[in-house]
This record gives sequence, structure tokens and C-alpha cells, in this order.
Amino acid sequence: MDLGFTEEQEMLRTTARDFLEKECPKSLVKEMAEDEKGYTPELWRKMAELGWMGLAFPEEYGGMGMSFIDLAVLLEEMGRACLPGPFFSTVVLCGFTILEAGNEEQKREFLPKIANGDLILALALTEPSARYDPASIQIKAVPKGDDYLISGTKLFVENAHIADYIICVTRTKNGASPEEGITIFLVDGGSAGISTTLLKTIAGDKQCEVIFDNVRVPKKNMLGELNKGWGVVEKLLEKATAALCAQMVGGAQAALDMSIAYAKERVQFGRPIGSFQAIQHYCANMVTDVDGSKYVTYEAAWKVSNGLPATMEVSMAKAWVSEAYRRVTLLGHQIHGSIGFCMDHDMPLYFKRAKAAEPTFGDADWHREVVAKQLGL
Amino acid sequence: MDFKLTPEQEALKKELDDFLREEMKNAPPGWEAGMEAMFSDEGWPFHRYMARRLSEKGWLVRPWPREYGGVDAPMIEQVIFSEVMGYHRAPGRDIFGIGMIGPTLLVAGNEEQKKEHLPPIARAERFWCQGWSEPNAGSDLASLTTRAVRDGDDYIINGQKTWTSGAHFADWSFILARTNPEEKRSRGISFFLVDMKSPGVTVRPLLGMNGTHLFNEVYYDDVRVPARNRVGEENEGWAITRATMNFERSSIETVGVVKRELEELAAFCKETKWNGKTLSQNPFVRHRLAQLAIEIDVGRALAYRTAWLQEKGGLLLSADAASAAKVYGTELAQRLAYTGYQIMGLYGQVKMGSKWAPLHGSYESSSQLCMGMNLAGGSSEVQRNMIAWFGLGLPRTI
Ligand SMILES: Cc1cc2nc3c(=O)[nH]c(=O)nc-3n(C[C@H](O)[C@H](O)[C@H](O)COP(=O)(O)OP(=O)(O)OC[C@H]3O[C@@H](n4cnc5c(N)ncnc54)[C@H](O)[C@@H]3O)c2cc1C
Repeated sequence: MDLGFTEEQEMLRTTARDFLEKECPKSLVKEMAEDEKGYTPELWRKMAELGWMGLAFPEEYGGMGMSFIDLAVLLEEMGRACLPGPFFSTVVLCGFTILEAGNEEQKREFLPKIANGDLILALALTEPSARYDPASIQIKAVPKGDDYLISGTKLFVENAHIADYIICVTRTKNGASPEEGITIFLVDGGSAGISTTLLKTIAGDKQCEVIFDNVRVPKKNMLGELNKGWGVVEKLLEKATAALCAQMVGGAQAALDMSIAYAKERVQFGRPIGSFQAIQHYCANMVTDVDGSKYVTYEAAWKVSNGLPATMEVSMAKAWVSEAYRRVTLLGHQIHGSIGFCMDHDMPLYFKRAKAAEPTFGDADWHREVVAKQLGL
Repeated sequence: MDFKLTPEQEALKKELDDFLREEMKNAPPGWEAGMEAMFSDEGWPFHRYMARRLSEKGWLVRPWPREYGGVDAPMIEQVIFSEVMGYHRAPGRDIFGIGMIGPTLLVAGNEEQKKEHLPPIARAERFWCQGWSEPNAGSDLASLTTRAVRDGDDYIINGQKTWTSGAHFADWSFILARTNPEEKRSRGISFFLVDMKSPGVTVRPLLGMNGTHLFNEVYYDDVRVPARNRVGEENEGWAITRATMNFERSSIETVGVVKRELEELAAFCKETKWNGKTLSQNPFVRHRLAQLAIEIDVGRALAYRTAWLQEKGGLLLSADAASAAKVYGTELAQRLAYTGYQIMGLYGQVKMGSKWAPLHGSYESSSQLCMGMNLAGGSSEVQRNMIAWFGLGLPRTI
């Protein structure tokens, strides 16, 4: 057993932290929360130059051939920096879908472009039912000649408004079970019939309502097999959930670090507030939550990375981290007093990200249910 | 023991309830209870309108003596009033004017001050803000450094206050300033009433975490305040702050607000279907809602107990119960906000104004605003210290 990171991983972490501190200061994060696009092409380009977009893609597709654990390290640092923009949707949600389900031609066409930072992608999975189960996929794709026509509404689609391509999970058949009859398409973001509306959300991330009105997609843009898409989605959700947990863990660690620093520096009653036992216990609870979150996430990520069955571990991680991140930011806010309640402060960035991450890919209840099933209950 | 209200109290409750039900139809869309709504550009005129209406009905300052516009209403009636106001999310009661400075002047003001300030509050003409906290004097309020120097018939005030709620609309503020810098901490502080239009007062907005403008920084640069606006003796202002903080502190209003929110949340869960079943059929949801209902009942009991103790033993003797009710109320509001947010699922994130925001996006905002309520009026940690020290007699650490 070895619960440590390799030297290369530590180096990746340091490089990422230094880079993001310099290139993605909190002032930029706040600016991007208000900005319509939500990212800057300069930073996007620089990240691509560091090889981050292709970090976990095989070298033959323009990537660096690193592991999922390596990516988790990077995501942790992104969570710490509150990095805005389409990295997660492009690389994790869509890149992995193409890698998993795409045919050779599709992989050769799209993955190197993603790795180069030339493409921005969005995954259109959830619909107004706002769930992550196969029954919720209702949007229709109907064959017509060499094409399919997609019609319906997707909701909470991050970055659809800036996406070059949207990966859309559709229903092509009403099968015997809800899992059957789901098909994935890679849709050109500029296709006629797509309209996107940006939602204003707590974290200022760029989630959209996307209406597909008879959007034409060539058959060759199908990702994976007809009617067999749910298996791909399931696998993707597992990876994406582990990836999100890594990001959340990075955010929770940053909220803890900030709170400890503040507890040492803020003086009331002639002494640092960190000398009050109430505050010390808050910090002790926070660090326990953060460390618990880290290792439950690392275990899940390690399993994913090594291709081991990870359903149970990923769900345990998301159930735990969803609530731990919320507890940590809550105590962090309490420690900061009113200054932390101000919009200009950095604390709310973490609080809001914790809130946004909570329901994403299923909340704690949802994942506890998965764990219960895994326990044979 | 008797948990019932008298027929008169029931009648009063019903009359107020009917009145507010009607009046709240005039509220701006998506109206929420709380300071952030009152101190917004759309909310402020409504707040003032409601204050006038309540004043016309004779409800605004019922606990005050008759000569100042009240009816000497007993504590229990104040609690009933606040509970119903909370339930309807009704603005109109200036927590700083009616809740704090009015009662303070009744106890510690001189006749001239009472005559000058109480009637305009009772008529809903003069609104107040509380200038106590400073950047370096929060929980440790007694370390404040704003200075007041005597100059003939005036004091000249210099310093900075912060987190001053509603200062951008208030007509007057009551502030604390140091009159004797030789004296340490709570000694050497005096209590002043300051017209916000005085030259040298500058209000700068501070935006709360969800972007609402609720509180402010207030700078005092050579602000001249007539000596007759000092409440109590020079250097003896600290004792007066205790009276200010100790008037009707049952926190029942919070319980009223939360009760209403739970009803709306429950209605939402009854209406909203997922996979052919309503949310209210989901056992997780049911138990969470039931738990909140229980917690609201506990909160209500704690609030009524506080008022009952206040009536029997006076304000200071019930301070620990008041602290307990405050902590319980604000943390209950927080649990409700979090539960509501979770039940909304992905929709919980969507801000007010979108067609996709359920219940006007109320959980997106309340899950943030509740963070502030654990700090405003004394943080939960400081309240817990009070419970331990004054309620339980445990040794003080500071
Ligand atoms: C929404 C809102 C509205 C407000 N409105 C007003 C207003 O109108 N007028 C006004 O004057 N003020 C107002 N305040 C300010 C409020 O009263 C102060 O923020 C509060 O007293 C805490 O002070 P602080 O923010 O400086 O935190 P600090 O005192 O610096 O406290 C930081 C942390 O240390 C803890 N702490 C401090 N001392 C102790 C101790 N002895 N033991 C254990 N823990 C301790 C605190 O509980 C907190 O967790 C408002 C605040 C908010 C959030």
C-alpha cells in the first residue's frame, strides 16, 4: 500500500498551483462569473500549451498518456483555484465520451483537437426532469435519410453557449427497459435548430437550456452503437463523478487553508480568534472532513484509474464529499465573520461551488442509494 | 400550565393575519422576508408603505406606553405580532427603530429625546440604522475606536463603522464612540444619535455574497453631533447597549418565516412529480419535511419560553434564553434553506428571474443569506458563550 503521490504527481501539483495562482487569480474568477462567455481564450491557450487538455488521453491521440489519478491531481488544483471555463465539460465530460465510445476515425479527428485546445465541447445529458437515470432521457432522435433529427430540451448543459460541438444523449427507441434505446450524437454546435439560453446560477458557471428543434446530425456522428448509449453514459458518470469529487476536495482544502490563516490573524478580545476553543474545534472538524474527503476520493480515483470496478467507491465519495464540502464552507464562513459574507471576499466562491457541486451527478441521497444497492440491500 | 392563547389574543392574531394576507398582495414579485428584501430599491418603498399601514392600524409600536403611540401591550402580544408578521414575511417593522432605539430611549433616554424621536418612529416617518460594528471591533465590540471629542455644545465624531444594515436608506443612526481613550474597553464609550444627513457622514455600499446591497461601510469625518444627542452619561454608553440588545429577543419572527417556507416547500413537494410519483411520496423527502416541522415546533416553544421568561424576570435575566432562541432560530432557518436547496435538486442553483427557478429561486438566495444571520446581532459562537456563562454559570474564558 502506498497512500502517497509520486514525485511526478507532486511536481504536477506544484506546477499547476503556481500556474493557476499566477494566471487565474480570484479577481479573474469573479470577473468570469459575470462574463457571458465565462472563460478567457488566453488562459485556455496557455493551459493547452501545458498539455492539460490532453493530459489523460493516450499519446496516439495527441495526449500525454497520463493516468486518471494524474488528472485528479490537476483537477484538485483547479478546484482550489476555482478555475472557470470549459475544461471539465470539454475534457472530462466530452473527451472521455469520445475516447470511450468513439470509433477510430472520430477519436483521430477530435481528441487531438481537444488536446490542442482547438475545441470546446459540452455534454447535453440532463433534461427538465433533472435526473441522472436512463428514464430521464426523453429527447428524440429520429432517422431521416443519412441523418438523424433531434428534437427536445436539455437543461443544465454547461458551456453549450460557447461549444463547438455538443454531445447529445438522445432516445432513439422506447425499449423494454429505460436503458435500452439511448444513443449518443456528436452535434455541431452551429447546427440550425439549436438555441441556447444561459441560466443564471449560484456559482456563475455557464449552464444552459438547450432547445433542439429538428437539428440534423449525420449518422456518422453517432458515438458508439445505436440504442446502446446508456452503458457509455454510466461509465462516463462514474469517471465524471470521481473527477468532480477531486475538484471539490481541492476547493475544500483551500477553504480550510484560508480559514486557518484567518483564525491565526484575526484578533478579537486581544487575541487571535484561533485561540478560542470553539474556533479550534471548527478547524479540527474541517480538517477531518477534508482529509476524509481526500482519501475517499483518491480511493475512488485509483480504482477508476486502474480500471477496477468503482461504482461503490465513487458513490461513497460523492455522498461524503457533497456533504463534507458543504460543512467545511459553512464553518469557514462562520470563522470569517461578516467579512466572509461579502461578495468581494474569496470565501463565497467556495461556498457557491460547494452548493453547485452538491446536486451535480446526483446528490448525497442519490449516491447513498447506489451504495445501498451495492451492499445488496 | 396552559399553552392556549386567550380568546382576545386569538382574535388579535386573526385580525392581524387577515390584514397582512390582504396587504402582502402588494409585495414586489418574489418578495422574501428579511433585511435584504427591505433594503433593496424595490423593497424599501414597500417597507415604508407597510410601516405606514401598520402605524395607521395602531400596530406598529403596541408595546410602547400610550403617550408615545403604543398600548402597553404585554410581551405575549408582541410575540404573537412578530410571529404573524414573520409568517407573512411582512416588512414594515424597523428592527433598528422600533426594535432597538425606541426601547433604548424608553429606558435610558431623557424626556426631550423621547419627545423628539419616539413619535416619528411610531408614525413610520423616521427610520434608523445601527452603527456599532467596526472593521476591528466585531464580537469584541468594546474595542471600538471611533472617537467623539467634546467641542462646546457638540461632539465631533471621527471613525469608521461597518456592516451597517440599511444605512443607505436610514434617516438616523445610533452609534457608539469612544469619549475617553484613556479608559480601556467598555469604559469610556458613549452612545449617540446621529442624523444621517449630517455633513461628514459617508455611506459606501458593501455587497453581500449573493450580490444584494444590504449593509454598508459608514465613514464619520468630523461629524458634528449636538451634545443633547448623547444618550445617557458620557462614558457610560456600554450599559445602554445591553438594554438595546435585550428588548423582545424571542426570535419568534424567524420561526414564523421558516414555518411559511416549510408550507411552501411541502406544497411544492406535493405538486412536483418525478417518475410518476410526487416528491412528497419519497420517504427521504417526507422525513426531512417532518423533521423540519418538529424543529419548528421546538423553535416556537423556545421563543415563547423566552418571552415568558422576559415577562416574568425582565430582560437581563432571560438573556441566555434569548441567546438560545436566536441561535436556534437562525440555525433552523439554515437547515431549512439547505433542505429546500437539496430537494430542488439541480434547480436549486437557478437564480430568481428565470422560468426554471422554482419558488422564485428562493433557495438559491436563502441558502446564502442564512449565513449572514448566524453573525448579525452577535455570532452564534458568542451567543453560545453567553448561554454557557450566564445561563449555566460555567467559568468565563475571556
Ligand atoms: C447580515 C448582517 C447584518 C449586520 N448588520 C449590522 C448592523 O446593522 N449594525 C452593526 O453594528 N453590525 C451589523 N452586523 C455585524 C455583526 O454584528 C458582526 O459581524 C458580528 O458581531 C461579528 O463580528 P465580526 O464579523 O467582526 O466577526 P469577528 O468578531 O471577527 O468573529 C470571527 C469569528 O470568531 C468568533 N469569535 C469571536 N470571538 C469569540 C469568542 N470569544 N469565542 C468564540 N468565538 C469567537 C466569531 O463567532 C466568528 O466566528 C451585521 C452582520 C451581518 C452578517
